[in-house]
Parts: sequence; structure tokens; C-alpha cells
Amino acid sequence: MSVPGRVVSISGLTKSFKTGVTALQEIDLDIRPGEFVSLIGPSGCGKSTLLRIVGDLVQPTSGTVLVNGKTAHRARLDHDYGIVFQDSVLYDWRTVSRNVSLPLEMLGWSRARRKERVREMLELVELTGFESNRPWQLSGGMQQRVSIARALSFDPALLLMDEPFGALDEMTRERLNMELLRIWEKAASTIVFVTHSIPEAVFLSTRVVVMSARPGRIADVVAVDLPQPRGAETREQPRFFELVTAVREALAAGGRGQPAPTLPAGTEERY
Amino acid sequence: MEPVPPGVVRAIGGRFVDWLPALAVFALGLALWQGLTTAFNVQTFLLPKPTDIATAFWNDRGTLWDYGLYTLKEAAGGFAMGCSAGILVALLLARFRGLGLALLPFAIAANAIPIIAFAPITNNWFGLLNPVSKMVIAAVLCFFPTMINTLRGLTSVHPSSIELMRSYGGGELAVFRRVRIPNALPFMFTGLKVSAVLSMIGAIVGEYFGGPTNALGVSILNDSQLFDFPRAWAGIMLASAFGIAFYAAVSVAERLTTSWHPSARTFRSE
Repeated sequence: MSVPGRVVSISGLTKSFKTGVTALQEIDLDIRPGEFVSLIGPSGCGKSTLLRIVGDLVQPTSGTVLVNGKTAHRARLDHDYGIVFQDSVLYDWRTVSRNVSLPLEMLGWSRARRKERVREMLELVELTGFESNRPWQLSGGMQQRVSIARALSFDPALLLMDEPFGALDEMTRERLNMELLRIWEKAASTIVFVTHSIPEAVFLSTRVVVMSARPGRIADVVAVDLPQPRGAETREQPRFFELVTAVREALAAGGRGQPAPTLPAGTEERY
Repeated sequence: MEPVPPGVVRAIGGRFVDWLPALAVFALGLALWQGLTTAFNVQTFLLPKPTDIATAFWNDRGTLWDYGLYTLKEAAGGFAMGCSAGILVALLLARFRGLGLALLPFAIAANAIPIIAFAPITNNWFGLLNPVSKMVIAAVLCFFPTMINTLRGLTSVHPSSIELMRSYGGGELAVFRRVRIPNALPFMFTGLKVSAVLSMIGAIVGEYFGGPTNALGVSILNDSQLFDFPRAWAGIMLASAFGIAFYAAVSVAERLTTSWHPSARTFRSE
């Protein structure tokens, strides 16, 4: 069953909803350890649904998803996933540090071990000193950093991020992009990242998976060969612009020939 | 180190300045009452002067206070029974949605029944002098607001909160323990505060239909029948004071347990 050297192995995956909408059709995708893969596509192309299927939060209609050679369901029960949503989903009744330690509590870590790990994680996302604050006392960008610290706290095999910076302003977003790359290098994790932003996808990823809408399909996969580590100057390299153009053209090509039927906005995107 | 939760400070001390407007209105109201009843020579059986009421209370303070405590105990017993039943049923309805669909319409319909009209019946069931007969009235009054508010808190949870728990491999129990129940606390306390006041009303009304002579409701009824209106008014005032105190006690408990809530935002805001 297991495909060696694959964190995620998706084959023949199709998802249809009861309404008759085919959200995803015949998706095949392999993700290797340490990759940073972005899913990009127009609204309603099913990229969030695909992410949720990988995370075993939504069930596919047909096809298989293997995570580290296991079913997605097994992988979820084995705590293989760290998830970051667009909304930071922090619990107001927990302090910042207790939000970060939530998955550790569920894994049954000892108090001392949790405390040590929370300290490390808050250092990693540069929020040392905010341990006893409440989530609502932080800015949106800080909340999202707490959410990232929580997702990484238990060293999950796979980090799933659903437009994590979509609700933030451009400046915060660029800063968090840099920070995420630094964290990715340091934690040596594998990331699947859903986004609407072409520059963000190119800047962050090792591969950009371009999806087309209705039905959601993989239109193209753009390998991003920008050198690591990346920084502010990466965004100014000619190669960066070439890749942004390549992704944009792939998106345009994917969108052509299949005029989108009118559907209520956003309804098919998540469920 | 955790700082002192802001709720503790707010709950116990509060800011005196915040209370000034209310105190001013209270004083003005009393002064108007006193002034108008004196100026227009209003008869005592219509509306006694505040000073007469205060005197009546002072002359009989020990007895009235004991009556009040007796009634407060009935109210507190009913509160405990009604609210714990309300919370329990809310948990069951939130856990088993089918049960909720089947039972909730009846709960809402039952709430429309004038429960107070049952006071003579519970007196009959449990005995006129048995405090349980008053507790049951109070309990029935407390049940619905606690149940419906707690249920709302348990079910109004953001879907991604639940997805997050599931992504950690958490089941229904983990979702309840770590998301639904903490989320429901502020809602539950809204119900408990309403219930605190209702329980006092329930106990008094129960006593109106008969009860031991050392109960405040019975005392108010007797005093008005004996035309001792200042003392009846003193009893009413004491009953509301106990009701307010009960409400305040629940508020303190709320502040202590939900100091995390954004409504408690007082400190270190950036």
C-alpha cells in the first residue's frame, strides 16, 4: 500500500455533493516529505474541499488518499495533521499558552513537557511574553501566529493550511509569509497550503498546483525553482515574475473553455 | 504567572464610579417618593412614606430578616433543583439532536403554562408547611431559562472549532469537554441570573397560597390583610433586596468563572 517517499498520495479522487455538483474530479497528486505545495484556483474549484479530504474532515466520493501510507482516517487518529484555518479558531477561554498546548493535552503530554514545548513554540512564532494574554487581546496577525504555533506544537507529519493569511492586510501577510518560510525550514515539515494569491503561492511553495473550476481538476503543476532560503529580494528576481506569469497563465488556461455555471457564491467551496 | 483575573476585581470591588449614576437615581426616587407622599398627604394604605417603611422594618428587623432567610432558602433550593435539571437536559438535547427535535417543542409549550397557577397544587402535593412545595414552584420557573440558554451556548459553536478538535482525533466527548461546555458558560450564566430572580418570585408566590408563618410571603400577605401596610412594604422591599443579592451572587460566580470572556476586557488591551 505504502508509496515510499510520499507523505500524501492521492489517486483518482472524486468528490460530488448531493446537490449534483462535482467539486473534484479525478485528482492525482503525490507530495514528498519536506515539500511546500500550494493549491491555487478560482473560487469554487474545490481546493479547500481537497485540503479537508486530505485531513479526513470531508469524505471523498471515490478514490484514495494515503498519508504516510495510511488511510486519512487512520492518520487523523494518529495525530498526523496540524491544521490552520483562515479564522485562527482560538478559544477565548484559554490563554495564548493554553491554546498552544491544547493538542498536547489531548495527546496526554505531561505538564512539564507541555510547558517546555509551548515556550519553544511561542519563541518560534515570536510571541514570547504573550503567554497569559487572551486571544482577543491580540491582533489578527498575532492570532494567526498562535494558531500556527498550536498546529506545529506536536510535530505533525503534515501541516494543512486553508488560506491562513487570507483575512490579513497585505503588509502583515508578507511578513507572515517570511515567517512561515523560516518556520518551515526550521521545523522541516511538509505543508499543503490553500491560497487565492498567486504571488503568495509562488513565494512560498516548492510546487504550485493550479486547479480549474467546475469540476475541480488539476490544470497544471508549476515547479518553483527559486533558490532557498527566500527573502524579500526573492520577490524582485526576474524568475519570480516569470513563475507568477506561468501560474497566472495556467489559471487562465484552466478557466477557459469551461464557463462557470452560476452557483450561490461560496456554498460549494467548503462543504 | 497568571495575572489576577480581571473578573475578580470587577466582581468584588467593581468601580464605585460605575455605580454613582444608579445610586443617584435611587436617592432621587426615594426623595421624590417621600416628598410627594408628604405634600399630597397620601394615605398609608395607598402608599406609605419611605420613612414609615424604614421604621416598620427597623422595629421588626430581626423577625423580618429571619422570614426573608427562610424564603431565600426555599428560593435557593428551587434554584438548585431547576437549574441543574435545566443544564442536564440542555446537555442531553445538545448531544442527541433527535431527542431535541422531539422534546423541544414540548418544553417551549410547557413554558407557556402559567406555572404560578400550580402553586396551590404543589402545596397540596408536598404539604403546605413543607418548603419543598415552594421549591418546586421556583424550580419549574428556573428550568426553562437555564435550559434554553445553556442549549444555545452548547450548540452555537463555530464549525471550524469542531473541525479543529476532529483534526486532533478528538471525538464527541472531547468536543463537549473542550469546546461546547466552555462555550456555553456565558450563555448558561445568562439563564442562571434570570433564574436567581425568578426563584425568589416563585418562592414568594408559593407562600401566598399558604405556608408557615415564618415565611416572608406569608408575612406580607398577613400584614396587608391586617392593614399594616408599612410592614407589608418592608417585607416586599426585603424580598427584592434578597432577590437582588441572589442575582449579585450569581454575577460574582459568573465573573469568576468566565473572566476570559471578551466582555470582561479590562486589562492590557493594546
